[in-house]
Amino acid sequence: MAKLNMVQAINLALETEMAKDESVIVLGEDVGRDEGVFRVTAGLLEKFGESRVIDTPLAESAIIGTSIGMALAGMKPVGEMQFSGFSYLMVHQLEGHASRFRGRSLGEWNVPLVIRMPYGGGVRALEHHSESREGLYSTIPGVKVVIPSTPRNARALLLAAIRDPDPVIFMEPKRSYRAFREEVPEEEEIMEIGKAQIVQEGSDITVIAWGAMMRPAIKAVDEIKEKLGKSVELIDLLTMNPMDGLTVAESVKKTGRCVIVQEAPKTMGIASEVIAQINDRALMYLEAPVKRLTNYDVMTPYFGREMNYVPGQENIYKAIEETLNY
Amino acid sequence: MPIKEVGHYSVSYLQILDASGNVDKELEPKISDEDLLALYRGMVMGRAVDQRMLNLQRQGRIGTFAPSTGQEAAHIVPAFLMNDKDWFVGAFRETGARLLRGETITQTLLYYNGFEEGNKRSGNRRILPVSIIVAGQALHAVGIGYAMKYQGEKDTSVICIMGDGATSEGDFHEALNFAGVWNVPVVFIVQNNQWAISLPREKQTSSKTLAQKSIAFDIPGIQVDGNDPLGMYVATKEALERARTGGGPTLIEAVTYRLMMHTTADDPKKYRQDDEVEGWQAKDPLIRFKKYLEDKGLWDEQKEEALQGATKEEIDAGVKAFEEFTELPPEACFDHVFAKMTPELEEQKQDFLKRKGS
Ligand SMILES: Cc1ncc(C[n+]2csc(CCOP(=O)(O)OP(=O)(O)O)c2C)c(N)n1
Repeated sequence: MAKLNMVQAINLALETEMAKDESVIVLGEDVGRDEGVFRVTAGLLEKFGESRVIDTPLAESAIIGTSIGMALAGMKPVGEMQFSGFSYLMVHQLEGHASRFRGRSLGEWNVPLVIRMPYGGGVRALEHHSESREGLYSTIPGVKVVIPSTPRNARALLLAAIRDPDPVIFMEPKRSYRAFREEVPEEEEIMEIGKAQIVQEGSDITVIAWGAMMRPAIKAVDEIKEKLGKSVELIDLLTMNPMDGLTVAESVKKTGRCVIVQEAPKTMGIASEVIAQINDRALMYLEAPVKRLTNYDVMTPYFGREMNYVPGQENIYKAIEETLNY
Repeated sequence: MPIKEVGHYSVSYLQILDASGNVDKELEPKISDEDLLALYRGMVMGRAVDQRMLNLQRQGRIGTFAPSTGQEAAHIVPAFLMNDKDWFVGAFRETGARLLRGETITQTLLYYNGFEEGNKRSGNRRILPVSIIVAGQALHAVGIGYAMKYQGEKDTSVICIMGDGATSEGDFHEALNFAGVWNVPVVFIVQNNQWAISLPREKQTSSKTLAQKSIAFDIPGIQVDGNDPLGMYVATKEALERARTGGGPTLIEAVTYRLMMHTTADDPKKYRQDDEVEGWQAKDPLIRFKKYLEDKGLWDEQKEEALQGATKEEIDAGVKAFEEFTELPPEACFDHVFAKMTPELEEQKQDFLKRKGS
């Protein structure tokens, strides 16, 4: 067992999978000699060489477009978008092609491709470096969207993503990259894509979060237990699409109350879909309206104001308290 | 049937002031003493602001920025040659050029401290905000060029600046293609500083020059010593004249060097050798230009000292004004989502103020 931060855990997943499977390769801007601007790909070039760790020219569409070709021809490319804010240049390859090969060929062709990208705020970065757009990617049929929240689940989910036969967007909460460490077991651990995780069981209210919002959510939940003596069930969504509506609904049936915490803007986000899933499956069990605590429908402000907008522990505490008292 | 040659192309390289600051008399442009000195002042200011920003960044008083030390000639000379109707469409590594076009030091600092207020330009309004997305701005420049033509504006042009990495993006090729087809008044300046973060130029493209990329679109292209202010002057002036008189776009590759880190968040020691940097330090555009001015009898140590002093004072004043901004409204971002605030946004704004207040 080793205590790793999320950067090291993702690196470990890449390294073990590359060692095991020669068809796995990594490509992107600055992923080789520079070892990634966050050092996520540290040591890989040295171990696996230039034909498997490719420093590409600066072109996101080309990174994913060529990855699609590689995947169609039997390889398992793991492409990196340096920041999620630059991933839109590849959206036409993702939406127009990666997501469609299976359907357009009635299963004849598939695109096993992983697109990793750091996302989210909190690191005082320039414009385009702080957005949370998991909702946008989750509207594309045929694309899986995964967001880890800790080093351990990052490793386990990335392994699953690389082995997945379909395109997976793997969004890494950069605020959590080096914020804390966690024991990551030496033996291989795989988490199933499409499954939410009940992080903590409880009976009074369900709290749902993902990515960087998990940390303040855990703290707020602890505070609720301490101050109000209430029992909170905490769910880490982990996969945005396909969404695990069953786990969410079962929890809400038990607790009757729910708060969803989302870093992304409010409208048309993942939280909206969680609420729809609850309506579909557990409406009659609700004792209070489901509350979503989100960012606002503004462009992510430059970093001077950014953190004013992102939900924090105090806001989460309040939202839970209000929903408990409804 | 014999094979016919249907095209034959070459790429020229322009240098007027050599690496040691000696001028090629035959190519030397006629520039008034006043303009020469103004150019030098602009470059000194660019360098000095860069250094001050680096200090401020290291003290945590501003955020990440991209230094332009060493590249002054490549962007400040073109900025100097623009008239007030011309448009400046830059990337993120041309602070000195922006200052010359009328941006204030205070606004630059506000921008790099994470406040949109920094984008509210004073002075010349035809400067687009910093474009962080690599190469996206090249298409905007072409659109602006089209609009100028369409609206019948005479004697105007667009200067569009980017890095060598930008030439790999689809947007770059699309921009050049449209620019050629539409024959718009755009001068594309690629600051080839040899690196795109950790990727050396040779791995960015297998083209021998970046200037030759113009050939594919049949627009004029030239490679210039980008650390030679006189070379940049002549090449840009010619391109601007072509643009302003209906002759269409030009691509200028300015061969220069990024003497510092990519941004203050980057550590170049991971991927490049010190001796490479030292080799380029010897070709510093400021040193060269100063020597040229001295040789012309326009400059001496006393004048240099006075200029350095005046520059420092101006920067001090800008930093002071920047530090006086303490209360920037946290809710500002709600007011500029749409032209008119929607009821839903108004509700969200009130919720935000409540959240903030609690
Ligand atoms: C579309 C896009 N992809 C990636 C990035 C991240 N990034 C910022 S600057 C940079 C390198 C740019 O190199 P170049 O165009 O040569 O300009 P330079 O930084 O050398 O001035 C990269 C990869 C970005 N800003 N935009």
